[in-house]
Amino acid sequence: MSPEPFLGDAQHSPVRHHILSVLVENKAGVLARVAGLFARRGFNIYSLAVAPAESHERFSRITIVVDAETAPLEQVFGQLHKLVNVVEISDIAPDDAVERELLLATIPTDVENRTSLLDVIGAANASIVDVDAHHVTVMLAATPAGCDALERALEVHPGVELHRTGRVAVPRLGVPTHEPMRSR
Amino acid sequence: MEITGAQALIKSLEREGVEVVFGLPGGAILPVYDPILDSPIRHILVRHEQGAGHMAEGYALATGRPGVAMVTSGPGATNIVTPIANAHMDSTPLVVVTGQVARAAIGTDAFQECDITGITMGITKHNFLVSSASEIPRAIAAAFHIATTGRPGPVLVDLPKDVAQSTMEWWYPAGVEELDLPGYRPLAGLDEAELERAAALLAASERPVLYVGGGVLKARAHEQLRAFAERTRIPVVTTLMARGAFPDSHELALGMPGMHGTYAAVTALQRADLLLAVGTRFDDRVTGRVSAFAPSAKVIHVDIDAAEINKIRRVEVALRADAAGALGALEEMGATPANLDVWWKEIRTWQESYPLTYDPPAEAGPLRPQQVIETIQAASPEGTVVAAGVGQHQMWASQFWRFEEPGTWVNSGGAGTMGFGVPAAIGAKVGRPERTVWCIDGDGCFQMTAQELTTARAEGIPIKVAILNNAYLGMVRQWQEMFYEERYSEVYLNADLPDYVKWAEAMGCVGLRARTPAEMRAVVEEANAINDVPVVVDFRTDTSEKVFPMVAAGASNDDIMVHPSQRGRA
Repeated sequence: MSPEPFLGDAQHSPVRHHILSVLVENKAGVLARVAGLFARRGFNIYSLAVAPAESHERFSRITIVVDAETAPLEQVFGQLHKLVNVVEISDIAPDDAVERELLLATIPTDVENRTSLLDVIGAANASIVDVDAHHVTVMLAATPAGCDALERALEVHPGVELHRTGRVAVPRLGVPTHEPMRSR
Repeated sequence: MEITGAQALIKSLEREGVEVVFGLPGGAILPVYDPILDSPIRHILVRHEQGAGHMAEGYALATGRPGVAMVTSGPGATNIVTPIANAHMDSTPLVVVTGQVARAAIGTDAFQECDITGITMGITKHNFLVSSASEIPRAIAAAFHIATTGRPGPVLVDLPKDVAQSTMEWWYPAGVEELDLPGYRPLAGLDEAELERAAALLAASERPVLYVGGGVLKARAHEQLRAFAERTRIPVVTTLMARGAFPDSHELALGMPGMHGTYAAVTALQRADLLLAVGTRFDDRVTGRVSAFAPSAKVIHVDIDAAEINKIRRVEVALRADAAGALGALEEMGATPANLDVWWKEIRTWQESYPLTYDPPAEAGPLRPQQVIETIQAASPEGTVVAAGVGQHQMWASQFWRFEEPGTWVNSGGAGTMGFGVPAAIGAKVGRPERTVWCIDGDGCFQMTAQELTTARAEGIPIKVAILNNAYLGMVRQWQEMFYEERYSEVYLNADLPDYVKWAEAMGCVGLRARTPAEMRAVVEEANAINDVPVVVDFRTDTSEKVFPMVAAGASNDDIMVHPSQRGRA
């Protein structure tokens, strides 16, 4: 019997997480309703990304990564569905998902670190999107693990300023999405 | 036809069939109070906005129709937050209209501004901030639709003053499809496979219990419940929220389960091999320690709210449907348990050994609160509606009043809101004026909302209030006596301060007092004979009387404490 794979420190993602893709009405206060529900029910949000969805006027899509330890999936679904502005929820298992995240970082540069920095950027397949005499700004759109790796590599540079968007995800093609409950 | 937003609001309420609004005007809601003068809708002017909310709840609980309250912005709105939270906990259909500062002033800390949609986000089923006059009809129609369908609950509509003052071309949504609620799909269907599995579990069970909650009343499923119970002969327990869903006089009724439930109801759940849980949510006041609750029972859970399934207790079969539909379907299938004679024999011994009981009072008093309740019921017409506050008196009312029909028990369950009784009784009487309405109250609760008796007198709403006056915050006192070594901390209230008779009289009500059993019988007759003004009776009850049976908080229901006179019985 093999133990559960240990993914802890090597990968910043939570050990057990769910990715919920939540289609909501694009109305004032909807994000607060969703975030408030998670807060009052004690469900921990690991990351959250929100943007207008397919039909831009009416709907937005919120991608929430939840900590499965604090949030029994059936409860999260049931409680989320009760929010009147929530139209559709799908649960994307991390193994069956195409996940991407955007990382932007500005790093102070000088002659001493420039070469090693360029190596790191090149190795990560990141791109340089802005420069001045003393800084370089890099961008990476990659898997969360890829962003984790670049983040660790950049952290060694003093004064780095780093932003991540939180992930968005879609199911891998050919994998049915799992939605335990539609009714309420 | 061009009308103002304020007129559109009142017209929308009329379209929804609203007959009465409980409220209190103020600056931001002022425009809406003008067209009320021309509307057939009755407005009841409360003395505090909390009263408006609880009256709307009492109205809803007694009639099954949504209660409507209207208040102004800021403190008017925050004063009704407690009733909204209460209605949310008890799934009571409520529509609350709040005034809001003008749109341009929102977010500026304007006079009497507060973010009431933000404040009530977690305690409403939904809320709306209306942003234009033309949206008012849709918001109101949606509010009533959401409040009354699926699992009912409170909906708040926040109306900025300038929206009420601006004009719109009158229209009204023709149906649900025009409400623009793409995320709201309250209707759940019955799953045939789950029904089959439920029938199989029933057929295999030897010790089943129907664990009935408030959802049966909300779904008006009492007839289906009765038919199903009578055919299957499954014993019925009715939670605090379900009192009246099944007649207490029925041979299959075991009474209330839970912390202060009957010994038979609590123990039947503990020994059951199958719970048919209908419209109920495994509240901690029913289960005691969850891990020790009904340990050998499989569970069939019927609930319209899918989020209740597997929330507290993992269940074997889930029927996501309303109680009437699910019980009707099970009845149609003829689902039947095995012969229950052995089970009933066991239950009858519990009923015989441990009935609800109290020691008789001394002739000189003080009164026994339980006897006051029995005396009131015996002297009052059948179908009398009973409202209660929260605490010992509420438990005694639930235990000792015999409920025979839906809509006769008006109380605050999940939230446990002290002060609920008087305004809720007023709302119930407005909804069912032909019924006698008694509020069984405690002296602590009465002092929280008694000002609404002025409303009752002014509006001609002749309720009757029985204060079980033991001079204490009695339930807290009971816990301090039992669990804090009789160290009584901040629970003494003084039976004579205030003078309840004078207070009642000052509010235009009749005030009466009883200290002895003989006086008790006389004043109950006297109170029941008065039908034009509210009556308040100050019953002086025994301070040391405690509610039994009792399961201590966090304890297993196996460790139920019975009345002292019953201890040591087999």
